[in-house]
Amino acid sequence: MSKLISISAAAAKVHDGATIMFGGFMANGTAERIVDALVTANVQNLTIICNDSGYIDRGVGKLIVNKQCKKLITSHIGLNKETGRQMTAGELEIILTPQGTLAEQIRAGGYGLGGILTRTGIGTLVEEGKQKINVDGIDYLLEKPLRADFAILGGSVVDRVGNIVYKGSTNNFNNVMASAADCVIVEAEELVEIGAIDPNHIITPGIFINYIVSRNEGCR
Amino acid sequence: MDKDQMQDFIAQRVAKELADNSVVNLGIGLPTRVANFVANDLTIHFQSENGFVGLGPAPDAENINPNIVNAGGQPVTILTGGAFFDSATSFGIIRGGHVDLTVLGALQVDELGNIANYMIPGKLVPGMGGAMDLLSGAKRVIVAMEHTAKGDKKILKKCTLPLTAAGVVNLIITEMGVIEVTPEGLVLKEVAPNYTAQQVQDATDAILIISEGL
Repeated sequence: MSKLISISAAAAKVHDGATIMFGGFMANGTAERIVDALVTANVQNLTIICNDSGYIDRGVGKLIVNKQCKKLITSHIGLNKETGRQMTAGELEIILTPQGTLAEQIRAGGYGLGGILTRTGIGTLVEEGKQKINVDGIDYLLEKPLRADFAILGGSVVDRVGNIVYKGSTNNFNNVMASAADCVIVEAEELVEIGAIDPNHIITPGIFINYIVSRNEGCR
Repeated sequence: MDKDQMQDFIAQRVAKELADNSVVNLGIGLPTRVANFVANDLTIHFQSENGFVGLGPAPDAENINPNIVNAGGQPVTILTGGAFFDSATSFGIIRGGHVDLTVLGALQVDELGNIANYMIPGKLVPGMGGAMDLLSGAKRVIVAMEHTAKGDKKILKKCTLPLTAAGVVNLIITEMGVIEVTPEGLVLKEVAPNYTAQQVQDATDAILIISEGL
């Protein structure tokens, strides 16, 4: 069965109230066309998990500006002033999470782990309400796994089974999120035939991927 | 010195702390400038927490590759021999003690080596990004910042803003001097030209232990 669907069909899968992980770092590696389609579809009450809240006109920032997000789990909101405004106004709940902890929570969610132990955040506001576990004399915070209904990834080169290669720094959270959602959709910058990517060079295996949308074909 | 010259002056002094063949992560802003002053005979592996080592300088406008940005989202380059990876690997490198040195700015630092640099409650809440992981994971932490903020002291007996990390800072470098965080307290190691040790103390809330000869 082909995994290839149109961008609008991908957006139509996302329901109101969904939790969505978006790959990308300051919009570098974010599935920009799917974000646009979700803005057009105007799905509401989203919980978004993303490294940052992008810019007002790039990345997941567009969903925040369009007031589609009720909760954001992220490490940084400083480059999108609308995120801070909505937070201050009480319109948007934000859970600020250290970047490495966020990556590991997602990895734990996708890789069957009950959580991770980290020293990051000890002695700061991040430790509030969390269990501390002492291992061999060192205190760690227990950070619980994160999963989502959807993970929406940006891939540089993707074959028709969903194997992904990322160019430059566009990988960031994409590869980690591929394992941690019930439905995983990748937006391919370049879609290629099966076999066109050397298996030695594949970063995210296609078994994680449910649907593929392409920027260079099938953009109905 | 204007602000630009002051930041370059601080960055130039920080650069003297870099060791050959070390892995270094520079924060956004003033710390990024440190890369401009690395001695020619040193090999430094700059890490960018969004997912690579071998961070190179910003490209000319015509050579921008939109796939390669730094942790501030700005176009950069990767040097020959560099490597890209995902965020889990990137922060494994950081938390796992594989970063020899991180250089970050700060809103406040105190005599216990505590640092606050990610929020001013009710005013400015950009988030911690990768700073908490870098501060708790890097082998050595240097704070590079202007000594005061519009006259307000930033080197304190005790930080009043929410901490980014507790007890992690090793060295503070400002336009006025170099201060080491020790179990005995803050030790003033160097005073910049045009300043006296007394002037540095006057601009500092914490009591400084003045090194001999200053």
